[in-house]
Amino acid sequence: MQLYLPIAELPVNMFMIFGMGAAVGFLSGLFGVGGGFLLTPLLVFSGIQPAVAVATVTSQIVASSASGALAYWRRKSIDWKLALFLLAGGVVGTVFGVLVFRLLRTIGQLDVVIGLCYVVFLGGIGMLMVVESVRFMLAQRGATPPEPRKLRQHSWIHGLPFKVRFQRSRLYISAIPILALGVFIGFLGTLLGIGGGFIMVPALIYLLKVPTTVVIGTSLVQILGTMAVATVLQAYSNQSVDAVLALILMVGGVIGAQFGAQVGSRLRGEQLRALLGLLILAVGVRFAVDLVITPQEPFSLAPLVSGAAP
Amino acid sequence: MRALQAAIVLAGAILACIPAARAETLVVATSTGTVNIASNFSGTDITVFGSIERDRATVSRASEYQIAVQVFGPGETVVTRRKQRGFGVWVNRDSRTYVDVPSFYAALTTGTIDQIGPPETLRRFQVGLEHLILPERSTGSPDDPAPGDPDFRAGFLRLKLHAGLYRELPGAVTFLSPTLFRATIPLPANVPVGQFRIQVGLFQEGVSLAQHTSAVVVSKTGFEQFMFDLAFTRPLLYGLGTVVLALLTGWFAGIIFRRD
Repeated sequence: MQLYLPIAELPVNMFMIFGMGAAVGFLSGLFGVGGGFLLTPLLVFSGIQPAVAVATVTSQIVASSASGALAYWRRKSIDWKLALFLLAGGVVGTVFGVLVFRLLRTIGQLDVVIGLCYVVFLGGIGMLMVVESVRFMLAQRGATPPEPRKLRQHSWIHGLPFKVRFQRSRLYISAIPILALGVFIGFLGTLLGIGGGFIMVPALIYLLKVPTTVVIGTSLVQILGTMAVATVLQAYSNQSVDAVLALILMVGGVIGAQFGAQVGSRLRGEQLRALLGLLILAVGVRFAVDLVITPQEPFSLAPLVSGAAP
Repeated sequence: MRALQAAIVLAGAILACIPAARAETLVVATSTGTVNIASNFSGTDITVFGSIERDRATVSRASEYQIAVQVFGPGETVVTRRKQRGFGVWVNRDSRTYVDVPSFYAALTTGTIDQIGPPETLRRFQVGLEHLILPERSTGSPDDPAPGDPDFRAGFLRLKLHAGLYRELPGAVTFLSPTLFRATIPLPANVPVGQFRIQVGLFQEGVSLAQHTSAVVVSKTGFEQFMFDLAFTRPLLYGLGTVVLALLTGWFAGIIFRRD
């Protein structure tokens, strides 16, 4: 069934978009990630302008992280104080993200920057995850206890000033790395149309030593808040959020996520992590190929975006 | 003296009228004056009917009439960029800005475009993609290609053709009788919104005998128009509304699929 999108200004097959939302939702439920890094490229691939795709997926992430955060809230596994600190940084990062997004669109370099960021971050994180989980599985098979990774205590983090106590996470650390992480994820998430959970979760665990029980819930609250701010800012300064497209993706996404979560509970943790790593790596490689091979059509058209500030 | 002046003006006016009275005139009607884009829009057609009116004084001519129906969409300013390899990666480098070019263009003709007339005539009435005027503006950067760069023009036209927004349809104007003709203009699903100019030209032996211009408005209606207006005139409200919609969807899903 064809449906005309008012902002993207083209008709799409409603069931195809719904299916995309559901498929990505399934994977996000399975792996416990937002799935924005899959959904944005899929939309661009199906003919929606990158600017509209990025901004619209931002609002879809609000819906999927809201339903996730709600579940963790019921289980009381959210560190609200930590989430608030991350969110404060996230909002700042989002503002920068929208500004840079607009600037890059004006000078016509948005696509290549998005491509490069996907290659660097997805490629890097995907590679790390695959290597980590393969090493873990090999260690288990060899019956040698997994080498207790000598975590160098990250003394530089603990030496930073402005220490804050986070009771829920049993942490007493400086606010600087938390805010910095929030800024970074907010900036990147807004620019790339992703939630950034796949960067946030490892960072919280390995860098800040947040207990795994509260990591996902806390990161979901941060993503929810950041992406909500990003949606409003994108709508306000770029007019590129398509609410009709967003609604179809949201409904597909939240339904798919439920089934994904059910399947995910039956798989082993390290297997899931290896699969997710491969998936992230694959998307990164796909973007790398697009950047490197000779394009069939070297020309591209874009409407003139005035350089004036919003 | 004044009477003489008046007489000269009158005589001049009569003289000026004579060729017009002797030539053909065009009477044109379009099937619709407005095209409405609703949620189920997936492209449409506009049919143009025309009649060649002749009076007794019209000299009968041996060769056939040629009709060109041209559709110009609302003007838009488009940046055309070319990718080049830099540090192993393909990056947009030089660009040309086409100013106020038609966002949509279609040329429907009775025969081929060459049959309409010589290149001068085609250029004058912008018949065919080859003769479309594309005003350019440079970004001022010294790296930019020279104005009128044929590669950029070809790239621009190729992308527009590929998107179905520029078309040449030779043979799409059909004569129902020696003086009555019809043309069906296909508008694709991604048609731009705004005022379209439909220019019908009557040619014979490479000479324009008559031109007629009419307008068709393409606009979104109802819900589509409402959403579009909201997004552009009340962007803050639109953004907040989208977030509320997302929160409600997420919350609702959380309730429906609650597993405990």
